[in-house]
Amino acid sequence: MFSLASIATMSACIFLFGLFFALVQNFQNMIKEAEEAVTMIVYFEKDTPQETMDAVGREIQTRDGVGRVEFVTAEQAWDSFKVGYFEERPELAEGFEDDNPLVDYAHYEIYLDDVSQQDNLVTYIQSLAGVRRVKASKEVADILVGFNSLVGYVAVSIIILLLCVSVFLISNTVTIGIAVRKEEIGIMKLIGATNSFVKAPFVVEGILIGIIGAALPLGLLYYLYNSLTRYVAGEFDVLTGFLAFLPVEEVFEILLPAGLLLGVGIGFFGSFFTIRKHLKV
Amino acid sequence: MIVLDNVTKAYAKGTHALNGISLHIDKGEFVFITGSSGSGKSTLIKLLLKELEPTSGSIKVNGINLGRMKNRAIPRYRRMLGVVFQDFRLLKDRNVYDNIAFAQRVIITPTKKIRKNVPAMLSLVGLAEKYKSFPRQLSGGEQQRVALARALVNSPEILLADEPTGNLDPKNSKEIMRLLEIVNERGTTVVVVTHNQEIVDEMKKRVIVLDKGVIVRDERQAGYTYAD
Repeated sequence: MFSLASIATMSACIFLFGLFFALVQNFQNMIKEAEEAVTMIVYFEKDTPQETMDAVGREIQTRDGVGRVEFVTAEQAWDSFKVGYFEERPELAEGFEDDNPLVDYAHYEIYLDDVSQQDNLVTYIQSLAGVRRVKASKEVADILVGFNSLVGYVAVSIIILLLCVSVFLISNTVTIGIAVRKEEIGIMKLIGATNSFVKAPFVVEGILIGIIGAALPLGLLYYLYNSLTRYVAGEFDVLTGFLAFLPVEEVFEILLPAGLLLGVGIGFFGSFFTIRKHLKV
Repeated sequence: MIVLDNVTKAYAKGTHALNGISLHIDKGEFVFITGSSGSGKSTLIKLLLKELEPTSGSIKVNGINLGRMKNRAIPRYRRMLGVVFQDFRLLKDRNVYDNIAFAQRVIITPTKKIRKNVPAMLSLVGLAEKYKSFPRQLSGGEQQRVALARALVNSPEILLADEPTGNLDPKNSKEIMRLLEIVNERGTTVVVVTHNQEIVDEMKKRVIVLDKGVIVRDERQAGYTYAD
Protein backbone atom coordinates (compact mmCIF):
# COMPACT_ATOMS: atom_id res chain seq x y z
CA MET A 1 0.00 0.00 0.00
CA PHE A 2 2.75 2.40 0.96
CA SER A 3 4.67 1.37 -2.16
CA LEU A 4 1.68 2.53 -4.22
CA ALA A 5 1.78 5.90 -2.49
CA SER A 6 5.52 6.07 -3.20
CA ILE A 7 5.01 5.23 -6.87
CA ALA A 8 2.32 7.92 -7.09
CA THR A 9 4.46 10.60 -5.51
CA MET A 10 7.56 9.54 -7.41
CA SER A 11 5.46 9.72 -10.61
CA ALA A 12 4.40 13.24 -9.69
CA CYS A 13 8.04 14.25 -9.15
CA ILE A 14 9.23 12.72 -12.41
CA PHE A 15 6.24 14.19 -14.24
CA LEU A 16 7.24 17.64 -12.99
CA PHE A 17 10.84 16.94 -13.89
CA GLY A 18 9.82 15.84 -17.40
CA LEU A 19 7.51 18.79 -17.87
CA PHE A 20 10.20 21.15 -16.72
CA PHE A 21 12.80 19.43 -18.86
CA ALA A 22 10.61 19.72 -21.97
CA LEU A 23 9.97 23.38 -21.23
CA VAL A 24 13.65 24.12 -20.67
CA GLN A 25 14.62 22.25 -23.82
CA ASN A 26 12.12 24.22 -25.89
CA PHE A 27 13.20 27.40 -24.21
CA GLN A 28 16.85 26.73 -24.86
CA ASN A 29 16.04 25.86 -28.44
CA MET A 30 14.34 29.23 -28.86
CA ILE A 31 17.31 30.99 -27.25
CA LYS A 32 19.66 29.09 -29.53
CA GLU A 33 17.68 30.14 -32.55
CA ALA A 34 17.83 33.72 -31.29
CA GLU A 35 21.58 33.36 -30.75
CA GLU A 36 22.04 32.06 -34.26
CA ALA A 37 20.38 35.22 -35.54
CA VAL A 38 22.95 37.36 -33.74
CA THR A 39 25.57 38.53 -36.20
CA MET A 40 28.84 40.37 -35.95
CA ILE A 41 30.10 42.43 -38.84
CA VAL A 42 33.78 42.86 -39.57
CA TYR A 43 34.83 45.87 -41.69
CA PHE A 44 38.27 46.32 -43.21
CA GLU A 45 40.72 49.20 -43.62
CA LYS A 46 40.67 51.04 -46.92
CA ASP A 47 42.44 49.16 -49.73
CA THR A 48 42.89 45.97 -47.76
CA PRO A 49 43.93 43.31 -50.28
CA GLN A 50 41.55 40.39 -50.87
CA GLU A 51 44.20 37.90 -49.62
CA THR A 52 44.28 39.62 -46.21
CA MET A 53 40.51 39.54 -46.01
CA ASP A 54 40.48 35.85 -46.97
CA ALA A 55 43.10 35.12 -44.28
CA VAL A 56 40.99 36.96 -41.67
CA GLY A 57 37.93 34.91 -42.77
CA ARG A 58 39.84 31.68 -42.32
CA GLU A 59 41.11 32.77 -38.88
CA ILE A 60 37.60 33.67 -37.71
CA GLN A 61 36.17 30.37 -38.90
CA THR A 62 38.51 28.44 -36.60
CA ARG A 63 37.43 30.28 -33.41
CA ASP A 64 35.14 28.83 -30.72
CA GLY A 65 31.55 30.01 -30.82
CA VAL A 66 31.60 30.81 -34.54
CA GLY A 67 28.88 29.09 -36.54
CA ARG A 68 28.92 30.48 -40.06
CA VAL A 69 31.05 33.13 -41.74
CA GLU A 70 29.81 34.84 -44.87
CA PHE A 71 31.86 37.23 -46.99
CA VAL A 72 29.94 40.14 -48.50
CA THR A 73 31.74 41.96 -51.31
CA ALA A 74 31.48 45.74 -51.74
CA GLU A 75 29.17 45.15 -54.71
CA GLN A 76 26.89 42.84 -52.75
CA ALA A 77 26.83 45.36 -49.89
CA TRP A 78 25.80 48.16 -52.30
CA ASP A 79 23.16 45.98 -54.01
CA SER A 80 21.67 45.05 -50.70
CA PHE A 81 21.74 48.69 -49.56
CA LYS A 82 20.03 49.80 -52.76
CA VAL A 83 17.26 47.25 -52.25
CA GLY A 84 16.68 48.46 -48.71
CA TYR A 85 17.11 52.19 -49.25
CA PHE A 86 15.89 53.00 -52.74
CA GLU A 87 13.10 50.47 -52.97
CA GLU A 88 10.45 53.18 -53.46
CA ARG A 89 12.55 55.41 -55.74
CA PRO A 90 15.01 53.19 -57.69
CA GLU A 91 15.79 56.04 -60.08
CA LEU A 92 17.66 57.81 -57.27
CA ALA A 93 20.15 54.95 -57.15
CA GLU A 94 20.83 55.33 -60.82
CA GLY A 95 22.82 58.47 -60.04
CA PHE A 96 25.47 56.26 -58.51
CA GLU A 97 25.87 54.22 -61.67
CA ASP A 98 29.34 52.65 -61.86
CA ASP A 99 30.25 54.43 -58.68
CA ASN A 100 29.93 52.25 -55.62
CA PRO A 101 29.84 54.49 -52.55
CA LEU A 102 30.39 51.39 -50.40
CA VAL A 103 33.59 50.45 -52.18
CA ASP A 104 35.41 50.03 -48.86
CA TYR A 105 32.57 48.16 -47.20
CA ALA A 106 33.39 44.58 -48.13
CA HIS A 107 32.83 42.71 -44.88
CA TYR A 108 32.26 39.46 -43.09
CA GLU A 109 28.98 38.56 -41.45
CA ILE A 110 29.62 36.20 -38.59
CA TYR A 111 26.80 34.04 -37.22
CA LEU A 112 27.46 32.76 -33.73
CA ASP A 113 26.99 29.31 -32.25
CA ASP A 114 27.63 30.52 -28.75
CA VAL A 115 26.77 34.10 -28.08
CA SER A 116 28.70 34.10 -24.80
CA GLN A 117 31.92 34.05 -26.87
CA GLN A 118 31.06 37.33 -28.54
CA ASP A 119 33.26 39.58 -26.34
CA ASN A 120 36.33 37.38 -26.81
CA LEU A 121 35.73 37.22 -30.54
CA VAL A 122 35.42 40.99 -30.88
CA THR A 123 38.70 41.50 -29.03
CA TYR A 124 40.40 38.83 -31.09
CA ILE A 125 39.14 40.00 -34.47
CA GLN A 126 40.04 43.60 -33.74
CA SER A 127 43.63 42.51 -33.21
CA LEU A 128 43.84 41.01 -36.71
CA ALA A 129 45.68 42.88 -39.45
CA GLY A 130 43.47 44.85 -41.83
CA VAL A 131 40.42 44.94 -39.56
CA ARG A 132 38.99 48.45 -39.12
CA ARG A 133 35.92 47.81 -36.96
CA VAL A 134 33.85 44.99 -35.53
CA LYS A 135 30.20 45.76 -35.17
CA ALA A 136 28.36 43.72 -32.53
CA SER A 137 25.41 44.29 -30.27
CA LYS A 138 26.65 43.80 -26.73
CA GLU A 139 23.18 44.28 -25.19
CA VAL A 140 21.50 41.51 -27.17
CA ALA A 141 24.36 39.13 -26.45
CA ASP A 142 24.31 39.99 -22.74
CA ILE A 143 20.55 39.51 -22.48
CA LEU A 144 20.73 36.14 -24.20
CA VAL A 145 23.69 34.96 -22.10
CA GLY A 146 21.96 36.13 -18.91
CA PHE A 147 18.72 34.47 -19.87
CA ASN A 148 20.45 31.26 -20.74
CA SER A 149 22.26 31.04 -17.43
CA LEU A 150 19.09 31.99 -15.52
CA VAL A 151 17.22 29.11 -17.18
CA GLY A 152 20.17 26.85 -16.36
CA TYR A 153 20.21 27.81 -12.64
CA VAL A 154 16.45 27.46 -12.27
CA ALA A 155 16.54 24.08 -14.01
CA VAL A 156 19.32 22.77 -11.76
CA SER A 157 17.59 24.06 -8.60
CA ILE A 158 14.26 22.47 -9.46
CA ILE A 159 15.87 19.19 -10.44
CA ILE A 160 17.82 19.07 -7.14
CA LEU A 161 14.63 19.84 -5.21
CA LEU A 162 12.71 17.07 -7.01
CA LEU A 163 15.59 14.66 -6.40
CA CYS A 164 15.59 15.41 -2.66
CA VAL A 165 11.82 14.95 -2.42
CA SER A 166 11.99 11.64 -4.28
CA VAL A 167 14.89 10.30 -2.21
CA PHE A 168 13.01 11.27 0.96
CA LEU A 169 9.93 9.40 -0.24
CA ILE A 170 11.80 6.24 -1.10
CA SER A 171 13.61 6.49 2.19
CA ASN A 172 10.26 6.65 4.00
CA THR A 173 8.91 3.67 2.08
CA VAL A 174 11.93 1.60 3.00
CA THR A 175 11.84 2.73 6.65
CA ILE A 176 8.19 1.71 6.96
CA GLY A 177 8.90 -1.50 5.04
CA ILE A 178 11.64 -2.31 7.56
CA ALA A 179 9.30 -1.59 10.49
CA VAL A 180 6.57 -3.81 9.00
CA ARG A 181 8.99 -6.64 8.26
CA LYS A 182 11.07 -6.24 11.41
CA GLU A 183 10.15 -9.71 12.66
CA GLU A 184 10.97 -11.33 9.33
CA ILE A 185 14.27 -9.47 9.17
CA GLY A 186 15.06 -10.51 12.75
CA ILE A 187 14.44 -14.16 11.88
CA MET A 188 16.52 -13.87 8.72
CA LYS A 189 19.41 -12.42 10.70
CA LEU A 190 19.26 -15.13 13.34
CA ILE A 191 19.18 -17.87 10.73
CA GLY A 192 22.38 -16.48 9.22
CA ALA A 193 21.25 -14.38 6.27
CA THR A 194 24.00 -12.18 4.88
CA ASN A 195 23.59 -8.40 4.77
CA SER A 196 23.06 -8.44 1.04
CA PHE A 197 20.37 -11.14 1.31
CA VAL A 198 18.44 -9.00 3.83
CA LYS A 199 18.92 -5.81 1.84
CA ALA A 200 18.20 -7.21 -1.61
CA PRO A 201 14.36 -7.22 -1.45
CA PHE A 202 14.30 -3.61 -0.26
CA VAL A 203 16.72 -2.45 -2.95
CA VAL A 204 14.79 -4.37 -5.62
CA GLU A 205 11.56 -2.80 -4.34
CA GLY A 206 13.17 0.64 -4.48
CA ILE A 207 14.35 0.09 -8.05
CA LEU A 208 10.92 -1.21 -9.10
CA ILE A 209 9.23 1.81 -7.55
CA GLY A 210 11.74 3.93 -9.47
CA ILE A 211 11.09 2.22 -12.81
CA ILE A 212 7.30 2.25 -12.50
CA GLY A 213 7.33 5.74 -10.99
CA ALA A 214 9.34 6.95 -14.00
CA ALA A 215 7.67 4.97 -16.80
CA LEU A 216 4.11 6.10 -15.97
CA PRO A 217 4.73 9.88 -16.03
CA LEU A 218 7.05 9.63 -19.03
CA GLY A 219 4.34 7.82 -21.01
CA LEU A 220 1.78 10.41 -19.98
CA LEU A 221 4.14 13.25 -20.85
CA TYR A 222 4.85 11.77 -24.27
CA TYR A 223 1.16 11.63 -25.04
CA LEU A 224 0.41 15.10 -23.65
CA TYR A 225 3.38 16.81 -25.30
CA ASN A 226 2.66 15.21 -28.64
CA SER A 227 -1.03 16.12 -28.52
CA LEU A 228 -0.38 19.68 -27.35
CA THR A 229 2.27 20.49 -29.94
CA ARG A 230 0.12 19.05 -32.73
CA TYR A 231 -2.89 20.97 -31.48
CA VAL A 232 -0.97 24.25 -31.29
CA ALA A 233 0.60 23.70 -34.71
CA GLY A 234 -2.81 22.88 -36.21
CA GLU A 235 -4.96 25.50 -34.54
CA PHE A 236 -2.61 28.46 -34.06
CA ASP A 237 -0.74 28.97 -37.34
CA VAL A 238 0.13 32.49 -36.26
CA LEU A 239 2.24 31.27 -33.38
CA THR A 240 4.39 28.88 -35.37
CA GLY A 241 6.62 31.70 -36.62
CA PHE A 242 8.09 32.47 -33.22
CA LEU A 243 6.90 29.54 -31.12
CA ALA A 244 8.45 26.50 -32.76
CA PHE A 245 8.15 23.45 -30.49
CA LEU A 246 10.75 20.73 -30.67
CA PRO A 247 9.35 17.45 -32.01
CA VAL A 248 8.41 14.95 -29.28
CA GLU A 249 11.05 12.45 -30.49
CA GLU A 250 13.79 15.02 -30.04
CA VAL A 251 12.69 15.89 -26.49
CA PHE A 252 12.35 12.23 -25.51
CA GLU A 253 15.71 11.29 -26.99
CA ILE A 254 17.22 12.67 -23.78
CA LEU A 255 14.18 12.77 -21.48
CA LEU A 256 13.37 9.05 -21.72
CA PRO A 257 16.78 7.67 -20.68
CA ALA A 258 17.31 10.55 -18.22
CA GLY A 259 13.90 10.02 -16.59
CA LEU A 260 14.31 6.25 -16.32
CA LEU A 261 17.85 6.61 -15.03
CA LEU A 262 16.65 9.16 -12.51
CA GLY A 263 13.87 6.84 -11.32
CA VAL A 264 16.16 3.83 -11.04
CA GLY A 265 18.91 5.93 -9.44
CA ILE A 266 16.59 7.45 -6.84
CA GLY A 267 15.06 4.03 -6.16
CA PHE A 268 18.43 2.36 -5.79
CA PHE A 269 20.29 4.96 -3.74
CA GLY A 270 17.23 5.92 -1.68
CA SER A 271 16.62 2.34 -0.58
CA PHE A 272 20.29 1.34 -0.34
CA PHE A 273 21.31 4.12 2.03
CA THR A 274 18.12 3.92 4.11
CA ILE A 275 18.52 0.22 4.69
CA ARG A 276 22.16 0.75 5.60
CA LYS A 277 21.07 3.30 8.16
CA HIS A 278 18.24 1.28 9.68
CA LEU A 279 19.52 -2.24 9.47
CA LYS A 280 22.46 -2.94 11.68
CA VAL A 281 22.74 -6.52 10.48
CA MET B 1 32.36 -26.48 22.06
CA ILE B 2 31.04 -23.50 24.09
CA VAL B 3 33.46 -21.81 26.48
CA LEU B 4 32.66 -18.69 28.51
CA ASP B 5 35.52 -17.18 30.46
CA ASN B 6 34.68 -14.63 33.16
CA VAL B 7 31.88 -13.07 31.07
CA THR B 8 30.15 -9.96 32.36
CA LYS B 9 27.30 -8.17 30.63
CA ALA B 10 26.26 -4.82 32.07
CA TYR B 11 23.47 -2.74 30.59
CA ALA B 12 23.48 1.03 30.27
CA LYS B 13 21.57 1.52 33.53
CA GLY B 14 24.42 -0.18 35.34
CA THR B 15 22.55 -3.42 36.01
CA HIS B 16 24.64 -6.55 35.57
CA ALA B 17 22.73 -9.25 33.66
CA LEU B 18 25.73 -11.54 33.88
CA ASN B 19 28.49 -11.13 36.41
CA GLY B 20 31.78 -12.85 35.62
CA ILE B 21 30.45 -16.27 34.66
CA SER B 22 32.67 -19.07 33.36
CA LEU B 23 31.21 -22.08 31.66
CA HIS B 24 32.23 -25.04 29.52
CA ILE B 25 29.78 -27.05 27.42
CA ASP B 26 31.14 -30.03 25.47
CA LYS B 27 30.19 -31.08 21.98
CA GLY B 28 27.08 -33.27 22.00
CA GLU B 29 25.94 -32.22 25.49
CA PHE B 30 22.34 -31.51 26.48
CA VAL B 31 22.23 -28.65 28.98
CA PHE B 32 19.37 -26.96 30.79
CA ILE B 33 19.89 -23.37 31.94
CA THR B 34 17.41 -22.39 34.61
CA GLY B 35 16.89 -19.55 37.02
CA SER B 36 14.31 -16.97 37.99
CA SER B 37 13.31 -14.05 35.75
CA GLY B 38 16.12 -11.53 35.41
CA SER B 39 18.78 -14.09 36.34
CA GLY B 40 20.54 -13.58 33.00
CA LYS B 41 19.38 -16.67 31.05
CA SER B 42 18.16 -14.82 27.96
CA THR B 43 21.20 -12.54 27.99
CA LEU B 44 23.35 -15.65 27.82
CA ILE B 45 21.47 -16.89 24.74
CA LYS B 46 21.78 -13.45 23.11
CA LEU B 47 25.52 -13.41 23.76
CA LEU B 48 25.86 -16.85 22.16
CA LEU B 49 23.86 -15.64 19.15
CA LYS B 50 26.10 -12.57 19.00
CA GLU B 51 23.08 -10.32 19.27
CA LEU B 52 24.85 -8.72 22.24
CA GLU B 53 28.51 -8.12 23.07
CA PRO B 54 29.85 -8.94 26.53
CA THR B 55 31.12 -6.02 28.61
CA SER B 56 34.14 -8.11 29.54
CA GLY B 57 35.36 -11.68 29.30
CA SER B 58 35.52 -13.97 26.29
CA ILE B 59 33.17 -16.38 24.58
CA LYS B 60 34.43 -19.14 22.30
CA VAL B 61 32.12 -21.31 20.24
CA ASN B 62 33.63 -24.17 18.28
CA GLY B 63 37.04 -22.55 18.76
CA ILE B 64 35.86 -19.19 17.38
CA ASN B 65 36.41 -16.19 19.65
CA LEU B 66 33.19 -14.20 19.24
CA GLY B 67 34.84 -11.00 20.50
CA ARG B 68 37.25 -11.01 17.58
CA MET B 69 34.67 -11.91 14.99
CA LYS B 70 34.16 -9.34 12.23
CA ASN B 71 30.61 -8.23 11.47
CA ARG B 72 30.61 -9.79 8.03
CA ALA B 73 31.51 -13.17 9.56
CA ILE B 74 28.42 -13.20 11.83
CA PRO B 75 25.99 -14.72 9.27
CA ARG B 76 28.35 -17.63 8.62
CA TYR B 77 28.75 -18.16 12.39
CA ARG B 78 24.97 -18.13 12.97
CA ARG B 79 24.52 -20.85 10.39
CA MET B 80 26.25 -23.16 12.90
CA LEU B 81 23.40 -22.47 15.32
CA GLY B 82 19.72 -23.32 15.33
CA VAL B 83 17.39 -21.21 17.47
CA VAL B 84 13.94 -21.88 18.93
CA PHE B 85 11.95 -19.24 20.83
CA GLN B 86 9.05 -19.33 23.26
CA ASP B 87 6.86 -17.34 20.84
CA PHE B 88 7.83 -19.56 17.83
CA ARG B 89 8.57 -16.56 15.57
CA LEU B 90 7.08 -18.12 12.45
CA LEU B 91 6.30 -16.04 9.38
CA LYS B 92 2.53 -15.69 9.57
CA ASP B 93 2.01 -15.09 5.86
CA ARG B 94 3.78 -18.30 4.80
CA ASN B 95 2.73 -21.89 5.15
CA VAL B 96 4.60 -24.57 7.08
CA TYR B 97 6.65 -25.69 4.07
CA ASP B 98 7.72 -22.13 3.21
CA ASN B 99 8.58 -21.30 6.81
CA ILE B 100 11.07 -24.14 6.87
CA ALA B 101 12.26 -23.61 3.29
CA PHE B 102 12.86 -19.95 4.20
CA ALA B 103 15.76 -20.99 6.46
CA GLN B 104 17.30 -22.88 3.56
CA ARG B 105 16.76 -20.05 1.07
CA VAL B 106 18.51 -17.66 3.44
CA ILE B 107 21.69 -19.69 3.10
CA ILE B 108 21.17 -20.05 -0.67
CA THR B 109 20.42 -23.78 -0.72
CA PRO B 110 19.57 -25.13 -4.21
CA THR B 111 15.80 -25.66 -4.68
CA LYS B 112 16.33 -29.33 -5.41
CA LYS B 113 17.91 -29.82 -1.97
CA ILE B 114 15.19 -27.74 -0.30
CA ARG B 115 12.54 -30.03 -1.80
CA LYS B 116 14.34 -32.98 -0.25
CA ASN B 117 15.28 -31.49 3.13
CA VAL B 118 12.02 -29.81 4.11
CA PRO B 119 9.79 -32.92 3.89
CA ALA B 120 12.46 -34.88 5.80
CA MET B 121 12.37 -32.31 8.61
CA LEU B 122 8.58 -32.26 8.60
CA SER B 123 8.56 -36.04 8.99
CA LEU B 124 10.99 -35.78 11.91
CA VAL B 125 8.70 -33.38 13.78
CA GLY B 126 5.55 -35.30 12.74
CA LEU B 127 3.97 -32.62 10.58
CA ALA B 128 4.36 -34.12 7.11
CA GLU B 129 0.61 -33.88 6.49
CA LYS B 130 0.38 -30.23 7.45
CA TYR B 131 2.95 -28.74 5.10
CA LYS B 132 0.33 -26.52 3.46
CA SER B 133 -1.12 -25.15 6.71
CA PHE B 134 -0.50 -21.62 7.88
CA PRO B 135 0.71 -20.91 11.44
CA ARG B 136 -2.72 -19.61 12.50
CA GLN B 137 -4.21 -23.01 11.60
CA LEU B 138 -1.83 -24.87 13.93
CA SER B 139 -1.86 -25.46 17.69
CA GLY B 140 0.94 -24.03 19.86
CA GLY B 141 2.66 -27.40 20.01
CA GLU B 142 2.52 -27.76 16.23
CA GLN B 143 3.86 -24.24 15.71
CA GLN B 144 6.78 -25.00 18.00
CA ARG B 145 7.49 -28.17 16.05
CA VAL B 146 7.58 -26.12 12.85
CA ALA B 147 9.98 -23.69 14.55
CA LEU B 148 12.12 -26.65 15.60
CA ALA B 149 12.11 -28.05 12.06
CA ARG B 150 13.20 -24.63 10.79
CA ALA B 151 16.00 -24.49 13.37
CA LEU B 152 17.23 -27.94 12.39
CA VAL B 153 16.87 -27.90 8.62
CA ASN B 154 20.30 -26.32 8.10
CA SER B 155 21.91 -29.06 10.25
CA PRO B 156 23.25 -26.78 13.01
CA GLU B 157 26.02 -27.94 15.33
CA ILE B 158 24.36 -26.23 18.28
CA LEU B 159 20.67 -25.79 19.03
CA LEU B 160 19.73 -22.93 21.35
CA ALA B 161 16.18 -23.07 22.71
CA ASP B 162 14.89 -20.11 24.73
CA GLU B 163 11.87 -21.26 26.79
CA PRO B 164 10.70 -23.64 24.02
CA THR B 165 7.85 -24.99 26.18
CA GLY B 166 6.87 -21.65 27.72
CA ASN B 167 3.61 -21.47 25.76
CA LEU B 168 2.81 -25.18 25.63
CA ASP B 169 0.73 -27.61 27.69
CA PRO B 170 2.51 -30.54 29.43
CA LYS B 171 1.76 -33.01 26.61
CA ASN B 172 3.18 -30.77 23.89
CA SER B 173 6.10 -29.77 26.13
CA LYS B 174 7.06 -33.42 26.49
CA GLU B 175 6.75 -33.93 22.73
CA ILE B 176 9.11 -31.00 22.05
CA MET B 177 11.58 -32.31 24.61
CA ARG B 178 11.44 -35.77 23.04
CA LEU B 179 12.34 -34.18 19.70
CA LEU B 180 15.19 -32.20 21.26
CA GLU B 181 16.51 -35.43 22.72
CA ILE B 182 16.41 -37.11 19.28
CA VAL B 183 18.30 -34.15 17.82
CA ASN B 184 20.85 -34.40 20.63
CA GLU B 185 21.28 -38.12 20.05
CA ARG B 186 22.12 -37.33 16.42
CA GLY B 187 25.11 -35.30 17.68
CA THR B 188 23.78 -31.72 17.99
CA THR B 189 24.71 -29.86 21.16
CA VAL B 190 21.47 -28.66 22.78
CA VAL B 191 21.20 -25.73 25.19
CA VAL B 192 17.71 -25.19 26.61
CA VAL B 193 16.73 -22.19 28.73
CA THR B 194 13.65 -23.11 30.74
CA HIS B 195 11.47 -22.58 33.78
CA ASN B 196 9.76 -25.92 33.35
CA GLN B 197 10.57 -27.87 36.50
CA GLU B 198 8.71 -31.02 35.47
CA ILE B 199 10.65 -31.35 32.23
CA VAL B 200 14.02 -30.72 33.83
CA ASP B 201 13.32 -33.18 36.61
CA GLU B 202 12.18 -35.83 34.19
CA MET B 203 15.04 -35.60 31.69
CA LYS B 204 17.91 -35.75 34.13
CA LYS B 205 20.41 -33.74 32.06
CA ARG B 206 23.08 -31.26 33.05
CA VAL B 207 21.49 -28.29 34.82
CA ILE B 208 23.10 -24.86 35.17
CA VAL B 209 21.27 -22.51 37.52
CA LEU B 210 21.76 -18.75 37.25
CA ASP B 211 20.85 -16.27 39.94
CA LYS B 212 21.43 -12.51 39.64
CA GLY B 213 23.93 -13.06 36.84
CA VAL B 214 26.08 -15.71 38.49
CA ILE B 215 26.13 -19.50 38.24
CA VAL B 216 24.91 -20.87 41.54
CA ARG B 217 24.73 -24.52 40.49
CA ASP B 218 26.16 -26.65 37.69
CA GLU B 219 25.22 -30.30 38.10
CA ARG B 220 25.11 -33.29 35.74
CA GLN B 221 22.14 -35.68 35.53
CA ALA B 222 20.30 -33.34 37.83
CA GLY B 223 16.80 -32.07 38.56
CA TYR B 224 15.40 -28.58 38.78
CA THR B 225 16.29 -28.27 42.44
CA TYR B 226 19.19 -29.65 44.47
CA ALA B 227 19.06 -33.40 44.93
CA ASP B 228 19.39 -33.71 48.69
